[in-house]
Amino acid sequence: MAKVKGAIVVDTETCKGCELCIPVCQDQVISMSKEVNRKGYHYAYMSNPDVCNGCTNCAIVCPDRAISVYRVKVSA
Amino acid sequence: MEVLDIIKPENQVFCKSKLMTDNTLSYCPGCGHGTAHNLAMEVIDELGIVEDTIGVAPVGCSVFAYEFMNIDMTQAAHGRAPAVATAISRTWPEKYVFTYQGDGDLAAIGTAETIHACNRGENIVIIFVNNGIYGMTGGQMAPTTLPGMKTSTSPYGREIESMGSPLKITELVANLPGTYYVTRQSVHTHKHARKTKKAIKTAFENTRLKKGVSFIEIVSNCNSGWKMNPNESNKWMEEHMFPYYPLGDIKVKGELK
Amino acid sequence: MPELKLMKGNEALAEAIIRAGADAYFGYPITPQSEIIEYLMTERPEERTGMVVLQAESEVAAINMVYGAASTGKKVITSSSSPGISLKLEGVSYLAGAELPAVIVNVVRGGPGLGTIQPSQADYYQAVKGGGHGDYKLYVLAPSSAQEMSDFVQDAFEIAFKYRNPVMILSDGLIGQMMEKVELREQLPRLTNQELIKRYGDWATTGKKGRERNIVTSLDLLSERMEARVRRLMKKYERMENEDLRYETFNCDDAEYLLVAYGSSARIAQKAMQLGREKGLKIGLLRPITLFPFPKKQINALADQISGILSVELNTGQMIDDVRLAAEHKVPVEHFGRTGGVIHTPEEILEALEQKIIKNGSIRYNKTRESSIL
Repeated sequence: MAKVKGAIVVDTETCKGCELCIPVCQDQVISMSKEVNRKGYHYAYMSNPDVCNGCTNCAIVCPDRAISVYRVKVSA
Repeated sequence: MEVLDIIKPENQVFCKSKLMTDNTLSYCPGCGHGTAHNLAMEVIDELGIVEDTIGVAPVGCSVFAYEFMNIDMTQAAHGRAPAVATAISRTWPEKYVFTYQGDGDLAAIGTAETIHACNRGENIVIIFVNNGIYGMTGGQMAPTTLPGMKTSTSPYGREIESMGSPLKITELVANLPGTYYVTRQSVHTHKHARKTKKAIKTAFENTRLKKGVSFIEIVSNCNSGWKMNPNESNKWMEEHMFPYYPLGDIKVKGELK
Repeated sequence: MPELKLMKGNEALAEAIIRAGADAYFGYPITPQSEIIEYLMTERPEERTGMVVLQAESEVAAINMVYGAASTGKKVITSSSSPGISLKLEGVSYLAGAELPAVIVNVVRGGPGLGTIQPSQADYYQAVKGGGHGDYKLYVLAPSSAQEMSDFVQDAFEIAFKYRNPVMILSDGLIGQMMEKVELREQLPRLTNQELIKRYGDWATTGKKGRERNIVTSLDLLSERMEARVRRLMKKYERMENEDLRYETFNCDDAEYLLVAYGSSARIAQKAMQLGREKGLKIGLLRPITLFPFPKKQINALADQISGILSVELNTGQMIDDVRLAAEHKVPVEHFGRTGGVIHTPEEILEALEQKIIKNGSIRYNKTRESSIL
């Protein structure tokens, strides 16, 4: 079975730091940054990119759709 | 494989619906409205019906829905969206008309309009976002506020004796012959959001088949009004709101479940 | 061969709604105008023209249905009577704020509160001074016959779409209920959806096709933008005053005393004027046909010639304010009117003119001339 590898891109200025993306990620890919964006929110980012499989769970629950998801098939 | 190899346009599998505008959502961080908006726009885009869709946005947190949904929209007075939608649907019978209402709008001031549009079986979709509070005006008690829940107008908790019980309007309208599809969903996890998207799609397909009212209640959080952080509010919602407002289909294809 | 029919005012209005090519009527029963919706339901205009007729669950629901249809560019109308119009006023304000064309008919009954079911003219303030909240005005047409109940429907729609503003037809229970000969207009075809989109597609919410999205709203939280918006509304009303004022005069050329009256009061005042003329009194009558715009200049000009004005209205004195403002204190202005559902007689009006104006008020302010005090 071909494996998949995924990655997310967070629009850090759109992210409002609500952290709803974190519990729905099965592999703990996401953490909140120590820095803040222009609005003062800590934004989400891919702190553990190696385990992301592009499942899109985080993107679907993000109310502001700050997350875009990418996925490729990788031969095993 | 490097991350940069993955993040290429041809590999993109998810992004914001192109039927959402570029405006920053005015909703609080973590509020379910944003997800609900996006799901609705994704459905309208995927069904290819934007040219024939008209939305009605009454007063509530989502009064500004027309700033975010890139479709034709009419703003309506508080509670009156079903009446506004009735007229649009009857004078343009081929259009997909939907309302996007909060709990104060639909179940307090708009109770008559809600019940009668459902009773007449207007060919519309009603999206009802129930967070048990009046968000826009600062967190007052709503008809769907739970017993004991503290709000700015029930500061010691909702007392059934003086304030009445929470109104299960969805069950009420399910018992009217004019409603074809009545369901209660949520958007706080990916699983629930995907189910809600299916429900919205079913609703618009019902409109195409001219089946009457499709009524989708989305139980949602209001972390600002409830004074919690977003994840806490979703947990609280699961523990307290869902027992009172259980998720699932209540009426499908005109039959009560 | 003109089509003539003996009809009640309310029925004439209802038939005219169909003939004007209206797309929808939404209403609710209330005396003395329930005949309008009853006639429409019986006539089945959905078979004649495809028009929608729906009895709403309340006047509030009805006006919001009007708002909905109007937001998509459809020709839509509602009717009610005084207490029901009060319920509609939020919706009327929304129509004005969102710049939507629509017609609202008020067949006035005695008030305040639940009042009476008999006629009155006690909603003048409500109609002309806004009624609903905020910076806006209604264009107000006041019919005084069953014929005008018929004619004014199409006129009202034309004004509503010309200015994208709600228009009120301010009738009363007497005009609504009385039967007169009416010449019915030709059937105007309803606009097809394509024609409608061609005409109003730049603002109406008909579905986003081949353009940016249209939004119909009266909300704007940016104050400067809201100020600019209402100033633009005011420009509409200035234009109405310059282009669409309507009034009628009787025997004003040589008049020494003036009656100002509209609607059913105008019919009765006409008789009072005739009786007075038979007695040798030089009485003229000015009938405002539009109450906004109001014939201010005309009253002001007449005030240079006459000795006094009697404002005749079936109320405790509402239009008299506008008559006084127009007359600019040049002459005394008094009010006469029965109210609460009582209708004044021509004799009562004449006597009031004699008592209040001719006996008491015929000394002209700031002018010397032969006084003709009786």
